[in-house]
Amino acid sequence: MTDLISQNLNMIFKTPKGDTVHALKDLNFTLKKGELLTVLGPSGCGKTTLLNIAAGFIKPTSGNITLNNKEIEGPGVERGMVFQQGALFEWLTVAENVNFGLRMKKNDSIETQRKVDEWLEIVGLKGFGNTPTYQLSGGMQQRVALARCLINDPDLILMDEPLGALDALTREKMQSLVLKIWKETGKTIILITHSVEEALLLGERLYVMAPRPGRIHKEYKLPFAEMGLKEDLREIKKNKEFGSKREEILSMIWNMEEEIMGKEN
Amino acid sequence: MLTQIVTLLIFVAIIGSILYGRRLIKTEKVDAVFGNPERAKGGTHWVIVGSAAILLIWLYYSWDIAKAFYPKSANELCQVAKINDSLMGLKYQFPIDEREFKSTSIIKIENKNLKKIEKEIQNTPDLNDEQKIILLRFISKTSQLIPLLTNDYLMEANTKSKIKEMSEEIRILSSNFKKKDYPFETEADKIERLKAVSEQGGWGIIKVQSGTGSIENTIEVPVVPETNKGLKFHTAAEDLKVISDKFFKLRNHNSNFKTSIKGLKNEIKLYRESLDDSEEIASDYAKNIVKIARRIEFASIYPPGALDEMQSAIIEFDNLQKSEQGGLRLIDIILFPAGTIVASGPSCSEQGSGRWLPKPSDTFNKFILMSKPSVGYKNIPLLWIEMMDVSSIIGFILPDWIADILPGNYPVHTKDGIVKENFKGKVLKIVTGDFKLFKIPVPYGHIWDSFLRVFLGLVFGIIIGVPLGLFMGLNRFAKGFFDPLIELYRPVPPLAWAPLIISVLGIDNTGKVFLLFMVSLSIMIISARAGASGTQLSKIHAAHSLGASKRQILRYVIFPNSLPEILTGIRVAVGMCWGTLVAAEFLAGTTGIGFVENVAKKYFQYEVIWITIFIMGMLGLLFDVTLRKIIDKTIPWRGKG
Repeated sequence: MTDLISQNLNMIFKTPKGDTVHALKDLNFTLKKGELLTVLGPSGCGKTTLLNIAAGFIKPTSGNITLNNKEIEGPGVERGMVFQQGALFEWLTVAENVNFGLRMKKNDSIETQRKVDEWLEIVGLKGFGNTPTYQLSGGMQQRVALARCLINDPDLILMDEPLGALDALTREKMQSLVLKIWKETGKTIILITHSVEEALLLGERLYVMAPRPGRIHKEYKLPFAEMGLKEDLREIKKNKEFGSKREEILSMIWNMEEEIMGKEN
Repeated sequence: MLTQIVTLLIFVAIIGSILYGRRLIKTEKVDAVFGNPERAKGGTHWVIVGSAAILLIWLYYSWDIAKAFYPKSANELCQVAKINDSLMGLKYQFPIDEREFKSTSIIKIENKNLKKIEKEIQNTPDLNDEQKIILLRFISKTSQLIPLLTNDYLMEANTKSKIKEMSEEIRILSSNFKKKDYPFETEADKIERLKAVSEQGGWGIIKVQSGTGSIENTIEVPVVPETNKGLKFHTAAEDLKVISDKFFKLRNHNSNFKTSIKGLKNEIKLYRESLDDSEEIASDYAKNIVKIARRIEFASIYPPGALDEMQSAIIEFDNLQKSEQGGLRLIDIILFPAGTIVASGPSCSEQGSGRWLPKPSDTFNKFILMSKPSVGYKNIPLLWIEMMDVSSIIGFILPDWIADILPGNYPVHTKDGIVKENFKGKVLKIVTGDFKLFKIPVPYGHIWDSFLRVFLGLVFGIIIGVPLGLFMGLNRFAKGFFDPLIELYRPVPPLAWAPLIISVLGIDNTGKVFLLFMVSLSIMIISARAGASGTQLSKIHAAHSLGASKRQILRYVIFPNSLPEILTGIRVAVGMCWGTLVAAEFLAGTTGIGFVENVAKKYFQYEVIWITIFIMGMLGLLFDVTLRKIIDKTIPWRGKG
């Protein structure tokens, strides 16, 4: 069992003014091994908080979250992270970034080199091993970040808007790459995104979260990710069902946003 | 010779570059509008013009061009200056350079003084009427002295004939001065003069005093006339000096005046004696009146017209000597800007920009001289190496207590007076460096000392500052605990600490290194702290998820991430340390570049001052360029992350 199980997860922040913000309220979900979950929601709905709790960077106020029946008590290698941008170590080359985790564990260097080559080929960066990362484009940098995370062979991959800073064309290529890697490695993935299309395209399951307090508003099970493995992603976007789902979720999020505006005024 | 070539080259370079620049403007396509930064690119020829202009200004205002093209001009101008010096006193008596006769202005001043004192006496409540009457009578008697001097009929025949005599002497001097062989120098005199000329050396000569190794400017401008023209002026100046002395000894005192002033002085003396202590004010006024009377007595007041003959003789001679100067006058005006050569007493000196702006050629020669390790400055070379035995370095590094903690005792002499060495004694010899090994070259000298101080101060600052700064950037306790300490001493200008630190730690290296350590420490702490606290959270998170330990994150993430900030801090610290060091060496010390400048200042060695300025500039530039290279090599990702 490599399930990620969350039970009555609550997260309450205290602002310096003394107000309390209920970032997450009574979150209950189970993620089975090999599932790809996308999380969508307006800003301030607790998506990133959820991811940080899963990664172990912050501890929940109450409730518990377990991976493989083990309580998450801090950051660990079994949960890899991919950030939006700026998380690469720009003083290192591509290969040094990718093998960072293995070097920290002081693994055998020849074995490490073999793995690095292997992963660079998977993400399409063969031959870039000695390039300094600051010379890479945004899309290539995210490929490095993916390889750096996957080389550690984590059980769960947490992606915090990994494609958010890329241009549309690169983004589409990267979406295919994420699907390809998911299929080939069979990893459990949680992917947070702002883009409704991306959430629909990549998510085997999709949570739409609502703010104040942060909670799961609606859950979908989607066929598009499976389709995406075989078809061109642009074809899927023309799919009727895809279109209606997109409109449904968009209007849902619009309503949430309006509700927030109303509350504030 | 070199200066001549350089000067001509500069002219060629400036004119050539300007012509090239003008042609470039004409041929270039004007596709860049005003405001386009492209227009500022290139332009090495303008750099040449700029540098050449600076050098030209330096050559010109230091009078090096004059020295190069007219090496004898300073000596000749010195002789001219001697004439001006002798003439000055005489000319001063007449309205030649002044507006009025000296006699006229003295009479004006003394009458004014008498009027002032008269008014004071009349208005003061501190004197009684009787005193006032007496004092006012003294004043009128004093003012009556002046007509006794200015009356032509009263002037004595003896005085008149003496004035006539002197006028005649000046006329003879003038007529002689025109002659080609004027000084009528004998062969023996000439040999003696030329011997003196060969001994005195050239203009701005530098002599190394043997033995002491110190550099002295022996003379600025050679005094003994080297040319015939100079000799003419020199001899005329001497003759004039005699006449001038005679004139100033002469007093225009006739018998009427003598009796009058004697009577007045006596009267005032008796009056003052008759006054008691309570009448001090009246006594003071009487004293002031007698002072004015004395001034009239000793001033050279003559009747109007009595000196007319002499005046015309002096004017004649003055005009003559000016026309005799000829081309020299032009050189003085054109090639000696902002000053000239002046004579005072037995010596001549440069007065003006040529004095404090050393000639490039002199500076260059002196720099080469000072670079010689046998000369240096104050017996210490600027930069040289000495052979040092490695043993003394080992002895310096190893602490002596290593021998002390060994078991056993140090050897004691036996009753035969023999000392038998044991193991402990041998170890002591090693840790104190008392043995012979091979020798290695070690640099030393003023420049090395300054450099070493900056280097050591900086290294200590980095060793302590960087870890502390990183710690402060990551830990609330460390930040709170050390912040007050640093913020308390950091804003104080480093030099304000210098007197305290130097008096506690001594004027030698320890004090200065500590001062520089203080300077670099605060800079390093602040930059390392900024670097550590500026690490992006996502990088830290990523490192955590990749399984790095705390120590590994510090070593492999936070430290490299702070490196740009730390290196920039080092660059700032080097600049600050360099500035502070030179000033600290001014305050106290026995070596170092700042010390050299400070000593040179005391002896008005302007060349040395400029040399030290140049060395400091070059070293500062060297530090900065080196660090910039290091920064570019070590943190190429800076600003691109």
